[in-house]
Amino acid sequence: MSDVVLISRRTFLALGAGAAGSLVLGCRITPRDAATGTAPVFVPNAFLAVDGEGAVTVWVPEAEMGQGVLTALGVLVADEMEADWEKVRVEQAPVDPERFGKMSTGGSTSVREGWEPLRRAGATAREMLLTAAAARLGVDRSQLAARRGRVIHEASGRSVGYGELAEAAAALPLPAEVALKKPGELRLIGKPIPRVDTPAKVDGSAAFSIDVRRDGMLHAVIARCPVFGGTLKAYEDRAALAVLGVRKVVRVPTGIAVLADSTWAAIRGREALEIAWDRGEAAAWDDARIARYLNERAPAKGVEARSEGPTVAGAADGATRIERRYSVPFLAHAPMETLNAVADVRPGRCEIWVGSQSPTRLQAEAAKRLGLDVARVTVHQMFLGGGFGRRAWPDFGLEAVEVSRAAGAPVKLTWTREDDMRHDLYRPASLHLMGAAVDPTSRRVLAWRHRLVAPSILEQLWPGSIGDRLDEMAVSGAKDLPYAIPGIHVDYVMANTPVPVMWWRSVYASQNAFANEAFLDEIAALLRKDPVEIRLELLKGSPRLRKTVEMAAEGIGWGRSLPPGHGLGIACHASFGSFVAHAAEVAVAKGTVRVLRVVAAVDCGPVVNPDTIAAQMDSAVVYGLSAALRGRISIRGGAVVEGSWADYEPLRYAEMPVVETRIVSSEESIGGIGEPGLPPIAPAVVNAIFAATGKRVRSLPISGHDGFKAWEA
Amino acid sequence: MAKPIELVVNGERRRIDVEPEMPLLWVLRDVLGLTGTKYSCGIAECGACTVLLDGEEIRSCATPVSEAAGHEITTIEGLAHTHFHTLQEAWIAEEVPQCGYCQPGQLLAAAALLARNPHPDDAEIVEHMSGILCRCGTYQRIRRAIRRAAGTAKGAAS
Repeated sequence: MSDVVLISRRTFLALGAGAAGSLVLGCRITPRDAATGTAPVFVPNAFLAVDGEGAVTVWVPEAEMGQGVLTALGVLVADEMEADWEKVRVEQAPVDPERFGKMSTGGSTSVREGWEPLRRAGATAREMLLTAAAARLGVDRSQLAARRGRVIHEASGRSVGYGELAEAAAALPLPAEVALKKPGELRLIGKPIPRVDTPAKVDGSAAFSIDVRRDGMLHAVIARCPVFGGTLKAYEDRAALAVLGVRKVVRVPTGIAVLADSTWAAIRGREALEIAWDRGEAAAWDDARIARYLNERAPAKGVEARSEGPTVAGAADGATRIERRYSVPFLAHAPMETLNAVADVRPGRCEIWVGSQSPTRLQAEAAKRLGLDVARVTVHQMFLGGGFGRRAWPDFGLEAVEVSRAAGAPVKLTWTREDDMRHDLYRPASLHLMGAAVDPTSRRVLAWRHRLVAPSILEQLWPGSIGDRLDEMAVSGAKDLPYAIPGIHVDYVMANTPVPVMWWRSVYASQNAFANEAFLDEIAALLRKDPVEIRLELLKGSPRLRKTVEMAAEGIGWGRSLPPGHGLGIACHASFGSFVAHAAEVAVAKGTVRVLRVVAAVDCGPVVNPDTIAAQMDSAVVYGLSAALRGRISIRGGAVVEGSWADYEPLRYAEMPVVETRIVSSEESIGGIGEPGLPPIAPAVVNAIFAATGKRVRSLPISGHDGFKAWEA
Repeated sequence: MAKPIELVVNGERRRIDVEPEMPLLWVLRDVLGLTGTKYSCGIAECGACTVLLDGEEIRSCATPVSEAAGHEITTIEGLAHTHFHTLQEAWIAEEVPQCGYCQPGQLLAAAALLARNPHPDDAEIVEHMSGILCRCGTYQRIRRAIRRAAGTAKGAAS
């Protein structure tokens, strides 16, 4: 349950809301701490203010990385408070954990967690403004209505603006209870409200951290050991320093930084460095060894995640058994804006400009490294040119801090595209041993087995955090298989490698949903059942997911006759509180696969902005399809091979399928939207390839499969 | 050092003192402070750095500044001052951007397309725009926005 608090003038000055006579309220959007799962004590981290002019400001703790969070969270407040949306500004809350608590953006949590407290804060403000208006107008509160930034007394036709009421409202006690609007009373929620960040994103004024410029700032790049875990032996910087524009070469914990008057000069200076690396033990790792390692680990009994009913081996006599292996590769995040940060370390203080999914983590770690109080480290949150989970790790911000400290100057550290691709923290590769027992007579599935063999993100990020226990994150999407099968057995075998791993859009759902949904399709074929029919049968206990399957199938025209070489595929998955099914139509010709159309059906509960949901479905489909068709990070000599878009090419315009989003009208619990659209796309496409060709794709990317080549423009 | 280079950027004459082989991208961003033009790959694979040179689309990351000398350069900051601002309005109407990072390059590529072909069909749009990458999946909306700006939008649009 959320609380709303009245914010004192002293505290709200820290928000930059200096105007006297403002009503300022705070509430808490509880960020889940990914590491510990603990809910911190109540500290407000989202705020609204109404000033004497009636202008409304909403501060939110979440980062804007394209998901439309500023607009969505602003709308939640503004609708309940009956603000005039034209007068609402949405701003980034200050990065100040002492006052405002932790900040993190990930796990598709922003709207889910803000849904209740932000509406309640808005409703509280509305209630206080109404009470203040009743005193001002000398009428009973029950005769007043709030509408678009004014309180109206219909009987007399008088009205008073929020600005005139703000000061009096701020002197009132907080109401003990406030009523939220009923669905029919909503004006902004559920409507395609234009995004507040769009104008700045079409005229070049939107500021990403890579665009920050400071007086005296130097431009830096870092030479890092290409091999994971490698260390520096020796270096010679004379030639680098001779490059025109290069000012300094400094040693930092992650390598050698070259600082120059321009990014270009820094890059040229780096090329001129002579460096000897101690490549370390990881140098003995390559793709073949990783595959061998995962396969060697596979027979080991894993940590049990779920064990119910009959096992595949123990199923009744006469059962038919099917066993299949699926695998997926490491993947890079590769946001369009490469990692970068600006830092200015001075005696006793530090300022950082960054696009971060975890700005308070960066701030705390920077303070620790510099031996400063957290309050002496100022973090300015900028727009993120793509996050996808990568910008939740503070490494690139800390590097900028180290370079600024070593150089004694404000510094913009830019990762080149090659740096970004070769020093990412990757989506874990994985191997899935799937098994099922089916009854060929009754055509029913009796038992299901899923053994996941994969690196553990949590154990690799925080050694010892998982140990011998179950990594719940790794089995998400596998453990909670939604199908009504009498026997379900899921276990996890940890298989860590020197390749660093991280959250990547939809986390382990991207691997587990692929295995689940591709395997279920094979079971359907074995039982001579239609892929939609088998899902509808097995989803009787999961009506929300079932409905999305129905809608996606209907949308794609399931069962219609198709041209030769075309096929339809379906897959569904529930993750991050939402339910999504994708139906895909593919065309396979001359060894090339083309995805023509995707119908995305989603139930995310109440809809805050249908246009954003459609945009996030487009986005998840493109991101997931880029990976499914040809995304692969390869390891050779302990280093990443791919370094450019030519090696790791996202979907281009000409390959974009038509994506149609269908939203289930739902009053069920609210879910996330940034990630849930991703997991079903890869299996929907490989299932469609089977329908088109009779060939199963069990390892991603599809372009790596014998007999297929990704369609090229 | 070679003699100063003269550029005309968004209608303004600028004299800069840099090496002639410095890519135009870094001159715009790091020397002139026009940060609307984006870096993303540095080797002309993604088009995030696209600007106009005498109205023609170029990849500024792979264009030495010496090649731009004496020509009219238009960046995203200057687009509004040309008659192509209808594209920006269309981008807003279609709610194109997500993270927004690639959009300056997308808009300038679209401007170059419409300058040459005021009423492109879908195939022409797709062919022309395929050089500009977007990781957020805004391709469908870009096509709609270009058609809207060209006055050839399908259906009931404006």
